[in-house]
Amino acid sequence: MELAKELREIQTLQGHTDRVWSLAWNPATGVAGIPLSFASCSGDKTVRIWEQNPSTSSWDCKAVLDETHTRTVRSCAWSPSGKLLATASFDATTAIWENVGGDYECVASLEGHENEVKSVCWNPSGSMLTTCGRDKTVWVWEVLPGNEFDCVSVLQGHTQDVKMVQWHPTRNLIFSCSYDNTVKIWADDGDDDDWACVQTLGETNNGHSSTVWALSFNASGDKMVTCSDDLTLKIWGSDDTKIPADGFSPWRHLCTLSGYHDRTIFSVHWSRDNIIASGAADDAIRFFVENDEQDGLVDGPSYKLLLRKENAHDMDINSVQWSPGEDQFLASAADDGTIKIWELTSDSC
Amino acid sequence: MVSELINANPVIYEKKERRVRSVPSAAADEYVVEPIDQQEIFDILSVYSYIKDPEHPYSLEELKVITEDAIEVDDGRGYVRVTFTPTVEHCSMATVIGLCLRVKLLRSLPSRYKVDIRVAPGSHATEAAVNKQLNDKERVAAALENPGLVDMVDECLSPSYE
Repeated sequence: MELAKELREIQTLQGHTDRVWSLAWNPATGVAGIPLSFASCSGDKTVRIWEQNPSTSSWDCKAVLDETHTRTVRSCAWSPSGKLLATASFDATTAIWENVGGDYECVASLEGHENEVKSVCWNPSGSMLTTCGRDKTVWVWEVLPGNEFDCVSVLQGHTQDVKMVQWHPTRNLIFSCSYDNTVKIWADDGDDDDWACVQTLGETNNGHSSTVWALSFNASGDKMVTCSDDLTLKIWGSDDTKIPADGFSPWRHLCTLSGYHDRTIFSVHWSRDNIIASGAADDAIRFFVENDEQDGLVDGPSYKLLLRKENAHDMDINSVQWSPGEDQFLASAADDGTIKIWELTSDSC
Repeated sequence: MVSELINANPVIYEKKERRVRSVPSAAADEYVVEPIDQQEIFDILSVYSYIKDPEHPYSLEELKVITEDAIEVDDGRGYVRVTFTPTVEHCSMATVIGLCLRVKLLRSLPSRYKVDIRVAPGSHATEAAVNKQLNDKERVAAALENPGLVDMVDECLSPSYE
């Protein structure tokens, strides 16, 4: 019998003086006795580092990274080792911060985008970095020794600003989503950093009909969820396991989740135990799981609502992110300037 | 900045006669929260908002860019939708006017309010593009960090010398 779930609010974190746009858990924390930690970034032009106190279990602000970005900090991302933090700003730069024993030093500033940088992410090995922005491009940077970053490719193809970039968890693929309503998949041809768009998921192949704000992969990387201003979430699949390591298996639409949010869905994140969380401008958080009670007539997997949380924040929710580590938490960031930590617990009823 | 007039001879309309808003009687609790209604939003947007050009500082009301009927408000839900009519079909000022309306409401309404701004159906050549831009909060946030645009918006929203 499936256990009912309950969402418990653990703590509300205050400190930012403007909307919180995004947050990122440090992937190297929450294991081997290292306390859980994450970074948040805001319209107040700062980045804050938060850490769980091992004795009290409460979260405290450990550092404020300011006086570097001159405009909104839109996105942040930790390198896989948790040593470097990349922050993307409307000031057209991406800053790289090095964590030295809890002190953060800005060790590089990546310039090149014409204007607002909207998203930044690392590849799974930490050897590459990707940024995207209002100038409609996706930049691929190689991480060199001595905190040097070299732009190896500028990907052009989107017709409007690019909202978010993500690397595939196991394949050498970059996924970007945009104000032009599409998701584009970019592959490296293997030799000389020559990236090309290998697939576009648009309205003609069951894609979104308005801005695609975010995407997230399941742990094995054969499924992806996207969220949009068209008020839907879409699940996509690829037969990843059936192809050679250097091949590409196209992604196809599996199902659309509609009717669950009534304003723009800004954020979606797939947990390692297969729970999809979404946060939207309707101030609500929703949780979805695969529906295993299918009648066999449905072609492909379907998903069902697990839990709804109305008024999770007082204003728009911009980011929802599952934590790494043994105890899984969800953090949400909102226009009300706060971050909330939640725990999804199994109810015994 | 716009250097020449986009619509040099706009049609000017009479200002609307204001109905007297019901004032709670002296006996009523003075701390009772009065719900926000259509007329209040209209007053916020029309009376004090002007499209300033060097020759004619007309209010958005006098240009019939907004009318009371074009404001939908649900105070209980905390929702406002403003449908405005640009003065000409190709008006490049449409996004600036829409931005002004959004900023004015942002500064005037409680933060719980959700606001949608759109141009009247059929009133603008690039209606869908203007609407999408005005309701993308990331683009609005970026625009409001642009000093030139903020000056333009502040000028539009500064009270006139009636």
